[in-house]
Amino acid sequence: MKEDSSGNNVILKVQGLKKYFPVRRGVLQRVIGWIMAVDGVDLELSGGKTLGLVGESGCGKSTLARLILKLVEPDAGNIFFRGEEITGLSRVEMKPYRRFMQIIFQDPFGSLNPRMTVGQSIEEGLRAVGVGSLEQRRRRVVELLEMVGIPALAAQRYPHEFSGGQRQRIGIARALSVDPELIICDEPVSALDVSIQAQILNLLRSLQEGLGLTYIFIAHDLHVVEYVSDNVAIMYLGHIMEYGPAEVVYSQHLHPYSSALLEAAPVPDPSAKRSWTPLAGDVPSPFNPPPGCKFQNRCPLVEDRCRKGEITLYEVNGAHRVRCWKVLGR
Amino acid sequence: MQDSGSEHTLSTEALDLPARQTRLQEFWAQLRKNRLALIGLVIFVLFFIVAVTGMVLTTGTSPQLDSSLVRLQEKLRPPLSRPNLKSLQADEVPVLGIYLLGTDELGRDVFARMLQGAWVSLTVGFVAVGIAVLIGIILGGLSGYYGHSPVRVAQVFIAVLVVLVVTNWSRLSFKTLAVLISITVALAVFLLFSRKKEFGGPLFLLNTQLFSVDMLITGLIDIMLCFPSFFLILTVVALLPASIYNIMIVIGLTSWMGAARFVRAEFLSLREQDFVTAARALGVSDWRIIFRHMVPNAIAPVLVSATIGIAGAILTEAGLSFLGFGVPPPHATWGNILSDGKNYLFDAPWLTIIPGVAILVVVLSFNLFGEGLRDILNPKLRERH
Ligand SMILES: Nc1ncnc2c1ncn2[C@@H]1O[C@H](COP(=O)(O)OP(=O)(O)OP(=O)(O)O)[C@@H](O)[C@H]1O
Ligand code: SF4
Ligand SMILES: [Mg+2]
Repeated sequence: MKEDSSGNNVILKVQGLKKYFPVRRGVLQRVIGWIMAVDGVDLELSGGKTLGLVGESGCGKSTLARLILKLVEPDAGNIFFRGEEITGLSRVEMKPYRRFMQIIFQDPFGSLNPRMTVGQSIEEGLRAVGVGSLEQRRRRVVELLEMVGIPALAAQRYPHEFSGGQRQRIGIARALSVDPELIICDEPVSALDVSIQAQILNLLRSLQEGLGLTYIFIAHDLHVVEYVSDNVAIMYLGHIMEYGPAEVVYSQHLHPYSSALLEAAPVPDPSAKRSWTPLAGDVPSPFNPPPGCKFQNRCPLVEDRCRKGEITLYEVNGAHRVRCWKVLGR
Repeated sequence: MQDSGSEHTLSTEALDLPARQTRLQEFWAQLRKNRLALIGLVIFVLFFIVAVTGMVLTTGTSPQLDSSLVRLQEKLRPPLSRPNLKSLQADEVPVLGIYLLGTDELGRDVFARMLQGAWVSLTVGFVAVGIAVLIGIILGGLSGYYGHSPVRVAQVFIAVLVVLVVTNWSRLSFKTLAVLISITVALAVFLLFSRKKEFGGPLFLLNTQLFSVDMLITGLIDIMLCFPSFFLILTVVALLPASIYNIMIVIGLTSWMGAARFVRAEFLSLREQDFVTAARALGVSDWRIIFRHMVPNAIAPVLVSATIGIAGAILTEAGLSFLGFGVPPPHATWGNILSDGKNYLFDAPWLTIIPGVAILVVVLSFNLFGEGLRDILNPKLRERH
C-alpha cells in the first residue's frame, strides 16, 4: 500500500516552528510569562505516508496541528505546502490552500455542530470550495457518506442521533468533502471503544490507500501509532525529541525519554487505559521551562552540560534523529 | 492489508438509527412534563390574545370599547354592575350592557382600559427586550468572538473624531469639519499600513495597544450594572418627553447587559469547539461561522433571559406609569390604572386589585415559562423534575 505513493515527494515541510502563548495576570493583563507550546519543530512529510506524533498531554501536539493548518499564527518558523510557503499568508490568500489540509478531532461529540444536520455539516466544505449546484452538492454528500460507511438517509439527521463511532465517520466525511491531500488526525480514536477504534483505523487506512492521503496521526496509544505510522515523532514540551521510521524508533530508540515511554508501555490490553506517566519527577509544564534540555528534570542520565545551551536534533543515520547529545558518544 | 478496501463497508457498527424526533417534538415532550412552565406558557398565550384583541377593539375612530369615554354620573361602579340606562346617551352604554370590571373615578370603563393597557404592556415588554437582546447579541458576540483583538490608540482617536463629527455635524464650520475628517482619514490610512511595522516616536504611540475589545465591552457592562437601573430609567424618562416609544427604548438601552454576558460566555466557549475549528479549516467565512455555527448554539440562554426580561420590562413600565413618568394620561396602562385607583383604595378596591393581579399573573407567567425554558434547554438540569 505504501509503495504506490510516488517515492519521495515532500508534501509538507515545517521549519523551526514556534508558538508561545502569553500568560497574563492581574487587572491590566500584564504578560508574566510564556507557555512554550511548540518550541522549534522541524518536520518533513512525504505524500501518501503517515507520520505518527506521540507525546504526553500538553506537550503541544494539537497546537502543532493548528499551526500547520494555519488556524493559529506561528511566532516563528516556516511552513511549506508542496514547496510553496504558506506561513505569512493572509486569510484570503490562505483560502485556496485550505482544501488541501483537513483535520479530524478526538471528541466525536464536540466535532459536529448540534444544530446542523449531518448533510449540512458535510455540505459546508463543498460550499466553501464552491461546488456548484445544490443538486451536485447533495449527490456528493451521499457519495461521501457511503465512502465512510454511513447510509445516505443519515444526511437529514442531527448528530445527537448517532453513536460516537458513527459521528467520527461523519467527521471524516466532512474532512474528505474538499478532496484534501493531508489530513491531521488529532487523536481520532482515543475517545472510542476498542472494537470501534479498530474499525475507524481500518477505515482511515483504506481511505489512505484509495485516495492517496497523507496523515499526521496524533495519539496517546503507542500501539495504535506503531500500527498506522510510517514515521514516528516523539514530542516533549514543544520539542521533537526523536524522529525516525516507525520500526527504528520502536526497536532502536536512543533518547532517554523514548526509552522511558516505550519500555514502560503496557502490553496490549483492551481494558487498560494507556496513559503513561511512568517517569520520575514532576509532571512537565511548558510554562517558562529551564534552559537546556527540556527533559532534564526527569532524565536518569542528566549531567551538568544538559542544563546549558540548546540541544539540537542529532542525525544518527539517515532519517533517524535524536535530540540528546549522548547519542554522539555512541 | 489486501482486504481493507472493502473492510469498512462490511464491519460498520449497527446502523439502525433511533426513531426520528425533531427538536420541536422533543421540546414539547419536555414542556409537558414541566407543569409550571406549561401553565406559564398558557397564561402567556392568553395574555397575548387578550392584548391583541384589546388593541383591535380599543383603537380606531369608533372603537367598540372606548377606554377614554367619561361618564361622571356613573363613577366608581363595582364590577359586573349594570349601567343606569336613563342617564346615559345611546353611544355611552358599555358594549355588553354591563360594566364587567366596574368604572373608575371618571366613570371610564375599567374593562376597556385594562384591554388597552394589556397591549401597552405587551409591546413595551417585547420591544424593550427586543432592543436589549439585539444590543446584547451584538456587543456580547463582538466581545466573545473578536475579544482578544487589541484596540490601538489610533483607533480610539478615530472613534472619538467620528463621534465628534457626527454629533456636531450642523454646528461646526466647513473648515473645522474638513480638518477633522482629513485627520480621521489619515489615521485610518495609518492603521491600514501599520499592522506589523515598528515605529519610533509619536507614531509608535499611535500604534500602541491600549486595551482589547473584550476589556472595553466587559468594562461597559460592569459600569452599566453599577447603576440601579430603575433610577437610571427614571432620570432619563424624566428628561425626555413622555411617550411610550421613549420608555421602550430607555428600558431596552438599560437592560441589555444580561444578554450580552450570556452571549459572550457562550461565544468564548463555542469559539474553542471542534466544529468551529473544523469550519475554519474548511475555509468557511467568519460571517457564516458566527451566524450559522455560533449564534444558533448561543441563543438558548438568551431566550431564557429574554423571557424573564419581558416580565421585568412590564414591571418597570408599570412602575414608571404608577409614578407618573410613564405613558401620558389619556392612554390607559396597567400602571396608571393602578396609580389612579390607589386614591380610592377603600371605596373602590377593584381599581387597585384588578390591575395589580393582572400584572402579578402576567409577570409570574413569564418568569415561570422562562425558568421552565431554561430547564428544558439545558440538558444538565433536565432530569431534576
Ligand atoms: N489558545 C491557547 N492559549 C493559551 N495556552 C494554550 C492555548 N492552546 C494551548 N495552550 C497550551 O499549550 C500547551 C500545549 O497544548 P496542546 O493542546 O497543544 O497539547 P496536546 O499535546 O494536544 O495535549 P493533549 O494530548 O491533552 O491534547 C498546553 O500547556 C496548553 O495549556
Ligand atoms: S540531553 Fe541530557 S537531560 Fe536531555 S535527554 Fe539527553 S541526557 Fe537527558
Ligand atoms: Mg490535543
